[in-house]
Amino acid sequence: MATATPTAAGFQDCRNAWVKTLEDLAEADPRIVAVVNDSVGSSKLGSFQKKFPDRLINVGIAEQVMVGVGAGLANGGRIPFVSAASCFITGRALEQVKADIAYAGFNVKLVGQSSGIAYGELGATHHSIEDFAWLRPLTNLTVIVPADAWETAEAVKWAAAHEGPVYLRLSRMPVPDLEIPNRSFRPGRAEVVCPGDDLTIIACGTTVHLAAAAADNLKAEGVAARVLNFSTLNPLDEDALHAAAETGAIVTVEEASVRGGLGGAVAEFTAANRPVPVERLGFPGFLPTGSTEWLFQEYGLSPEGIAAAAQRALARKE
Amino acid sequence: MLTNDKVPLIREKALWMRRTAFTMVHRAQLGHPGGDFSAMDILATLYFGVLNFDPKRPDWPDRDRFVMSKGHATGALYSALCAAGYFPTDWLATYMQPKSLLNGHPNRNYLPGVETNTGPLGHGFPVATGIAIAGQLSGASYRTFVLTGDGEQQEGSNWEAAMVAGHRKLANLTLIIDRNRLQQGAGTEETSGLDPLDEKYRAFGWEVFEVDGHDPAALLALLSAAPGKKPRCVIANTVKGKGVSFMENVAAWHHGVPNDAEYAQAMQELQ
Repeated sequence: MATATPTAAGFQDCRNAWVKTLEDLAEADPRIVAVVNDSVGSSKLGSFQKKFPDRLINVGIAEQVMVGVGAGLANGGRIPFVSAASCFITGRALEQVKADIAYAGFNVKLVGQSSGIAYGELGATHHSIEDFAWLRPLTNLTVIVPADAWETAEAVKWAAAHEGPVYLRLSRMPVPDLEIPNRSFRPGRAEVVCPGDDLTIIACGTTVHLAAAAADNLKAEGVAARVLNFSTLNPLDEDALHAAAETGAIVTVEEASVRGGLGGAVAEFTAANRPVPVERLGFPGFLPTGSTEWLFQEYGLSPEGIAAAAQRALARKE
Repeated sequence: MLTNDKVPLIREKALWMRRTAFTMVHRAQLGHPGGDFSAMDILATLYFGVLNFDPKRPDWPDRDRFVMSKGHATGALYSALCAAGYFPTDWLATYMQPKSLLNGHPNRNYLPGVETNTGPLGHGFPVATGIAIAGQLSGASYRTFVLTGDGEQQEGSNWEAAMVAGHRKLANLTLIIDRNRLQQGAGTEETSGLDPLDEKYRAFGWEVFEVDGHDPAALLALLSAAPGKKPRCVIANTVKGKGVSFMENVAAWHHGVPNDAEYAQAMQELQ
């Protein structure tokens, strides 16, 4: 089983890449500050705080003012990275994210930590599987879901240099680095993880390496599956979706609700432009308690589950 | 200029702003004139006696910031920004028209002088707190003023901001509460009581002052005083609909709009 465990060889916690990159950027650019809701530890910002004590603004357990303060800091010329568990920075402060960041257009970087079902056993209050659906309609908010440590570092660098609101959805679930030669981070563009024309598997975040493993399994069965790392959800890479539809069948895989997230976006796009069978893998709604690894297996977010969904999609292909 | 010398100008501007706002609301048949009029003398005092700003450079980094947290009172905000020179008077006639830059609630991306987008209550104060933190971090000279309604204080996000600002001793931040004692349908104290507001803010680490929100001289003295060591809360006692006899203290004028006869009478009174 290729599902991540903290001890698996070659698997990395992307939060290390996030904080190392942020510290390097903050060293060079005094405008960069971090804002947290008491989440110094879970955001791995302990060493940032030691290096830049004045530039770590902890507002306490108060997400509405945390996001509002981010907007105000941007008004005052700073580049704030506002970091908190995804379930709280999006759900608890959703109206602040909408009105103060996205609609007002402030240069604020929202960083969702421990996204998806990282807090498996803690239950649905602490799962963040609705965030894609909540944020996708905020059209001027760039939404990026890095798939590995390399992409996490690149996304943090890009966000700091980009003038405008960004949501970075990070995970605490260890993942391997994707094996793709000559990579360059291109926001808004899907990345081809492996080529293929029989169908397209579209994944993001922690599920991309699982989709790549599923494509290996399918190859043994004579199926050439294209795998896309769809790391930008806002704006959608429509060219990649047109090309995916040309393969005649699509599987989407996300550590999120199947309603309104990546699967929802792909289904909307194909239904409107070129209807093809779309099998959506993800979560149906509130989840039972269980470890992250168990929940991934249970809901088919595994090489075997993704390969099975691919066969279902192929069977529906005209 | 001695501060009291500014009072006649503030009174003159406040009168122009009331006439202008009511004309906008009458033309659009939309708006929130009751809350516009309770806030009008506060805005006139800020823009014509207190704030350090340059309408030709709305993004000047050292400008004093004014955040209109009660974003529905755009009759007051837009007439103030126009009087202050941020945009020409002919824009006012577009208020709430299709694609107007003068939305029902202010948008910083369209309109110079707007510091942040407000409208949903309880947003401006947290953003103003962030602006003040940015100033504190860099030792900037600018000050930040934020105006909330009194009913707006029922939103919990304000109390998160009050706690943060008190904890960080944001002496460069002044909160003004437009204490007209009415929310859209009823009195604040019969809805979800706010009193004692002064004790609440003192308990959160603020310096608290009470003032007649329609007395420019008193407002001017208080708001232009040098910062102390704590954030300041100014409870401005006001009258909803102040300046027009049939509107004063009538909750229905929260978003009531005048017919032609009411408009004519108001213009008679606002001389």
